[in-house]
Amino acid sequence: MTTSTGTAPSPRALARQRRRASVARFWRQYRSERAGLYGLTALSLCALLALFAPVFVGSDVSSVTEAPGRPMQSPSAEFPLGTDQFGRDLLGLVIWGSRVSLLVGLLAAVLSVAIGTLIGVTAGHFKGWYATVMMRITDWFLVMPTLVLAIALATVMSRSLTTTVVAIGVTTWPTTARLVRAQTLAVETRPYIERAQALGGGHWHIMSRHVLPNVMPLVLAQTTLIISSAILAEATLAFLGLGDPTVVSWGGLLQDAREAGAVSAGDWWYLVPPGIAIAVVALAFTLCGRAVESVLNPRLGVSR
Amino acid sequence: MTADATPALVEDKQRPAAGPRARKSSAYPRYLAGKVAGAAVSLLAVLVTSFFLFRLIPGDPVKTMTGGRQVSAEQLAAYRDEFGLDLPLWRQFTDYCGKALTGDFGTSYQFRAPVVDKITEALPNTLLLTGTAFVLYTALGIFLGTRSAWRHGKLGDRVNTGLALTLYSIPSFWLGLLLIIVLSVGIGPLPGMFPTGGMESGGEEGFAYVLDVAHHLVLPVVTLVAVEYGQTLLVTRSALLDEMGSDYLTTARAKGLRDDLVRRRHAVPNALLPTVTLIFINLGRTVAGVILVETVFSWPGLGGLFYQALSVPDLPLVQGLFFVFAAAVILMNTLADLVYPLLDPRVAR
Repeated sequence: MTTSTGTAPSPRALARQRRRASVARFWRQYRSERAGLYGLTALSLCALLALFAPVFVGSDVSSVTEAPGRPMQSPSAEFPLGTDQFGRDLLGLVIWGSRVSLLVGLLAAVLSVAIGTLIGVTAGHFKGWYATVMMRITDWFLVMPTLVLAIALATVMSRSLTTTVVAIGVTTWPTTARLVRAQTLAVETRPYIERAQALGGGHWHIMSRHVLPNVMPLVLAQTTLIISSAILAEATLAFLGLGDPTVVSWGGLLQDAREAGAVSAGDWWYLVPPGIAIAVVALAFTLCGRAVESVLNPRLGVSR
Repeated sequence: MTADATPALVEDKQRPAAGPRARKSSAYPRYLAGKVAGAAVSLLAVLVTSFFLFRLIPGDPVKTMTGGRQVSAEQLAAYRDEFGLDLPLWRQFTDYCGKALTGDFGTSYQFRAPVVDKITEALPNTLLLTGTAFVLYTALGIFLGTRSAWRHGKLGDRVNTGLALTLYSIPSFWLGLLLIIVLSVGIGPLPGMFPTGGMESGGEEGFAYVLDVAHHLVLPVVTLVAVEYGQTLLVTRSALLDEMGSDYLTTARAKGLRDDLVRRRHAVPNALLPTVTLIFINLGRTVAGVILVETVFSWPGLGGLFYQALSVPDLPLVQGLFFVFAAAVILMNTLADLVYPLLDPRVAR
């Protein structure tokens, strides 16, 4: 379906034209996935909100010393979502928190997918003991309780966003590795790979120019799905107190709420917005990922 | 027509029964040995990871553990001695493995008690919570997944899948906190109906004690089931959809079988195999869910203990629990591997 993503050593213009055609075809099919469109819309809104957060709320929104309101005010005209235990505006905090949650989710997913793709492509290309060892490691990671491993990693490392990204990234790559390896094996049986080899193409050439472009669509779908779980994982780590305490994130807000006694006081308005924000973004990424998947894999498309 | 169909039916029923019995003599022991060896290697890998994770990461584990607190030089020396930090790394490792194999994971820094004792104390509580939730969410997921697939594309299916995906995207700890606010603390005119946390009110005995524990169990179990059943539903649904186009279903219908018989006797048993595999692979997610749910509901189990250990951080306890969680998932997966050939003789081939 997407074999024409500019792999053929034809004039550059031809390649570009083909790529444009395949993107257009992809978009045409994606548009027929209603759930995917909802997801995409929700995501675009969230991304815009996160990008332009400094316009809506000042960067001093998380300042404890210059809080505008009294502590723990319930929602009012002045503070639509109420205030936290320091008197900070919760609406501003939730908007500001989207930056960290989205950024960490995105970076962790990119790291995870990069590791998975690297291992998947190399394990599919080089057969023999290297592939065996790599797939053993992958299988082992696959059955490991990922979050427990991430928590253990975050515990022994210092509290920072980098820690969170690394802890999530290095524990969630195995599914990608398996999928990419299977696709690599399938691609490498095609005749044009043999032709490239016959013309003297080396390992690097084959992997980067022939295999990689063919697994990219799969990688794209996988990234979208993993961002969703990475955002949930980030919230979880922050909630357990393993995130960076100096930044505002949705999971961190929930931890603050719990520590401030919002649960026993019945202050539902403190807890609801950050949780909904996490759920909406995670759901939106899941919907997009599933839509991309079913466009790329027509057999799954039936099961939509 | 009925006479023609009968032999096919009988043969259909006999084949799976005869399969494993005939092959047990040759393929099954080899398959079993392979799976058990694989599990042993995985367990060893977990042991190695749990050792190196807490030693090789920059800094001194004793410093990480006592971080920020006032500790005298003697105490530091005592901890260094207890962890054997002054020995060469390979000696530390062999010591650690030797002790771990006899079930000794050191002494908890915060409870001043052997890690093993803390774990065995909390284990039954976690098993009660996880077991109840696991049975419920698996049953619910398979039931709804089957219905969804059978009527795929219809309104019921869309609602089902949508709800499952939404609940799947919700952080379990957040759902738990909301349930506590709404059903335990009470909101507006609604009185609190369930305890806010813990496992028992104390002072109860006999049947009243059982009821009390069950009362405490409701909210944690509901939370776990809500966030976990979606995955089972989706897996069952897609497995069944894969079977839907198969010829044998057309045959079953052509024989004149009722729709629900075709589903229950023919389609579901075949779709269940990939489902079972994935249910067990996804157990890791359940473990994570248990940690959070126990934390939120102050359930006195392994997950709650893990949270307490993290906040110190009590490294021996974190290490021990890490091993237990990973080992539990590996063992359950191996168990599932051992049962498959009995369900489907093709697996052991």
